Amino acid sequence: MKLTVNSREYDVDAEPDTPLLYILRDNLELNGAKFGCGLGQCGACTVLVDGEAVFSCVTPLLLLEGRKVTTVEGLGTVENPGPLQRAFIDEQAAQCGYCIPGMMMRAQALLQKNAHASDAEIRAALQPNLCRCGTHMRILRAVHRAAELLKSARAETSTGSVR
Amino acid sequence: MIALRILGVLAVLCIAAVVGLFTLAWQSSIAPVSRPAANDFDPAKIKRGAALAALGDCNTCHTTTGGGAFAGGVPVPTPFGTIYSTNITPDEDTGIGRWSEAAFRRALRQGVDRAGHQLYPAFPYDHFTLLSDDDISALYAFFMTRRPVRAMAPASGLPFPLNIRMIIAGWKLLFFHQGPFKPNPNQSDELNRGAYLVDGIGHCGACHTPRNALGAEDMGNAFGGGEVDGWTAYALNKDSPAPVPWDGKALHDYLRRGWSSEHGMAHGPMVQVIENLKSISDSDIAAMTSYLSNVFGEPSAERRRAAEALLVREYGSHGAAQAGSTPTGAQNVGAMIYQSTCAICHEGGQPLPFGGIDLALSTGPSGPNARNVINVVLWGFPAASGERAPIMPGFADALTDSQLEELLTYIRSRFSDKPAWIDLAHDIRVARGNRPDVSSAPGTDPAGRAVSEHEARR
Repeated sequence: MKLTVNSREYDVDAEPDTPLLYILRDNLELNGAKFGCGLGQCGACTVLVDGEAVFSCVTPLLLLEGRKVTTVEGLGTVENPGPLQRAFIDEQAAQCGYCIPGMMMRAQALLQKNAHASDAEIRAALQPNLCRCGTHMRILRAVHRAAELLKSARAETSTGSVR
Repeated sequence: MIALRILGVLAVLCIAAVVGLFTLAWQSSIAPVSRPAANDFDPAKIKRGAALAALGDCNTCHTTTGGGAFAGGVPVPTPFGTIYSTNITPDEDTGIGRWSEAAFRRALRQGVDRAGHQLYPAFPYDHFTLLSDDDISALYAFFMTRRPVRAMAPASGLPFPLNIRMIIAGWKLLFFHQGPFKPNPNQSDELNRGAYLVDGIGHCGACHTPRNALGAEDMGNAFGGGEVDGWTAYALNKDSPAPVPWDGKALHDYLRRGWSSEHGMAHGPMVQVIENLKSISDSDIAAMTSYLSNVFGEPSAERRRAAEALLVREYGSHGAAQAGSTPTGAQNVGAMIYQSTCAICHEGGQPLPFGGIDLALSTGPSGPNARNVINVVLWGFPAASGERAPIMPGFADALTDSQLEELLTYIRSRFSDKPAWIDLAHDIRVARGNRPDVSSAPGTDPAGRAVSEHEARR
């Protein structure tokens, strides 16, 4: 089956009932998404499917034909981190870091739709994702910062096009 | 000249009609009192009032998520427009602080507020009218000893002429029968107690009885199934769609803990009802169970045989759990989605409430429409805070509409012998527009704590 991840098309040789998370980690070696509970309850495996946050551990491959998957690797690179990644680094939002890719992906899904999300909206959106270290306040600050970065990035592109 | 005379007669008739309605609708104001002090009330009575308020789910309509307990302002959508619940804390200016017990009693029993205004029947006084004087007095004691919260409820947004409260008097003339409850001397005390609780303060029929075009419960089809907040409240009478007929034990299990192995979990608005029932005594749960068993009635021999066959298939003839029923082998898209996404938990062989129920036992797949199944598949069960509770992830963003439709079609054909559901695409679209507020998951609702025994004892 063909699977589109981070704008790249892969030929995947796997059973159609294989969870997306296993495909990402075992077949494609994209290890950003993490296995936490395997029950869709902790959010460590969160990735985007067509721009919406889903638990990749309970999403079988067969649901993904013709759809676009984005993982944390698709948000930027080590040399050139994307706004979400930049903000999480700047706020030092990771302690152990296990939940962070999931947090970033769920925040990305929110900010893509609503760059002006309020603190309450961010808290509500991140509710499905758990962090056991307790860096919640830093994560919240990072998401606010990411929203600012996204807004200024958009403003730059729009003034750029005017010039 | 004749035309003028006819006009005159018509005018007189109109005036008579208006005067008639006005007379019918007019209720005197009951004089305000100064707020009684909390220690004017007997603690045992307050405690009884707390249990009644829990059974009446007062918090469901009168407390917003994160708002002051019983401070009102909850939007109650009706087919006619949105009504906002009122503040029933003892605040003098915005709540019921200046209401005497007589005024409180009149509101519950007749649907008229202290100032004499008619109340919309979204407030279920058609049920509360059955309450005894004693129970009304206990409820009064409970509410007058809550923390007063200053909060003005938004004005209700009903269109003309429904915004004229006088016309409610006409509605009452047609549909409202004033109580109190009259026990049936030919029935046991327990059954009468159950009927009093279920039909009175519990107002189960408010959701489980269908409503007519004017919003009144269709008493010719009592407990025939209704609608609430995008959920279907299943029929509790002979038309119950449950694959295994409800019996006393199953009802008791369900009301006591929110799930029954042979029927599944409480969903949607029923979750809050179960949460509230936690403070109700076992004997009252038993009384409600006996009455509801009577409402369900004896299942037909045919239905009983089908249920027995189902249970043997499920547990084997020795009662040992089987590892899921054998799939039919049909490899359509819906079947594949079910096998790869749902079967892991729903055929995992782990018993309820932490394992998923075999869908052949669940009421959802046999229901009159797919709405409840759609809601559960889309939004799952959010984890409850502070307690062990069933969980299910939602699949709203993992499944496309067409995948969900395939899945639902398969579930219906495999787990129910009823005809295929219609309007699936429409129901899916509507359900997607009703994303539930996860912060109101059971155990996180401040209203639940507001009626806890702890506070009642204070």
